Amino acid sequence: MSDTAIGSHAIPSPAPIPVREIAPWLVFGLLMLLALYFVGAEEGATSIIPGMYVHEWVHDSRHLLGFPCH
Amino acid sequence: MTVAIFWVSPATDMENRMMVRTLLIRGMLVGFLAGILVFSFAKVFGEPQVDHAIAFESAMDEAKAKADLERGIHDVEEPELVSRKLQASYGLLTGVMVYSTAFGGLFALVFSYANGRMKSTDPRVVSVLLAITGIIAVYVVPSIKYPANPPSVGNPDTIGMRTELYFIMMLVSLLGMIAATMLQGRLRRQYNAWTSTYLAGACYILIVFTTGELLPAVNEVPSNFPADLLWNFRIDSLGMQIIMWATLGLGFGAFTEYANRNRFGYRNGANIQLNAH
Ligand SMILES: [Zn+2]
Repeated sequence: MSDTAIGSHAIPSPAPIPVREIAPWLVFGLLMLLALYFVGAEEGATSIIPGMYVHEWVHDSRHLLGFPCH
Repeated sequence: MTVAIFWVSPATDMENRMMVRTLLIRGMLVGFLAGILVFSFAKVFGEPQVDHAIAFESAMDEAKAKADLERGIHDVEEPELVSRKLQASYGLLTGVMVYSTAFGGLFALVFSYANGRMKSTDPRVVSVLLAITGIIAVYVVPSIKYPANPPSVGNPDTIGMRTELYFIMMLVSLLGMIAATMLQGRLRRQYNAWTSTYLAGACYILIVFTTGELLPAVNEVPSNFPADLLWNFRIDSLGMQIIMWATLGLGFGAFTEYANRNRFGYRNGANIQLNAH
């Protein structure tokens, strides 16, 4: 598909970033997953914070983003 | 020293680490912008469907309360923690913005791994391919098995099971997509792009289809729930996802291409040698 770009032009091919340099940033990936959990599932199937306030607050987005709600 | 040497000689660890940082910030920024678009769409098209569904739910509850009262049972009305007005405005905004920004960040992390490891060297192509595989793996396929539902569809007692099934489906789909992508890379050594993508895609479909067949079906749509409302709600839900992933795929790629062009001084495929002082 995109092979034409190689060879005929001098587009420098980006060197892959070594996994060891990406790894430390995966902490942020976990934070993103935690954020998604709060939008998608907190105070539904499982609960970290007591009450239903988080669930009620993000309620409409939870439905519209495709997560099971009520 | 010419800037082009940066590409030829491997970047230092520090440069690479800073690169991931830049990509991560960029991803969250594009995700944030996507969130604004998704929210606008959801506010205009999605919210009316949610309101219709809640009106339906209230009518059902009232009918039930009336029937119960005739049998001498008093239903306790649940207190409203967050008003409908807040749910439909700031609540929706919060959920959508957090969701989009988080996906932007995750997208950037995947991009930082994928870029340079794929056949294509154009960040715009890499970005768009990631977005296409992303929406299929994370939303489209899990939703074919367990589609998005408006309020009043779904039994509160089964929320645990439904959440579990949905996330299992999503996880299998995501892992299947990763496996298929790796397989595609292997096949690419022997076959052309078309054949290897076709074979890897067939493997992905086989994995998710088998999983979908094994997992139990969930159908909790009330028999008198309006079919057009259900359809509109699901289409709007899909629309939100298309807007988010399209913005991520096109926006992140364009942004990265623009940044690279400024940084490494190539234009339209021609390498311009720039002399740094
Ligand atoms: Zn709900």
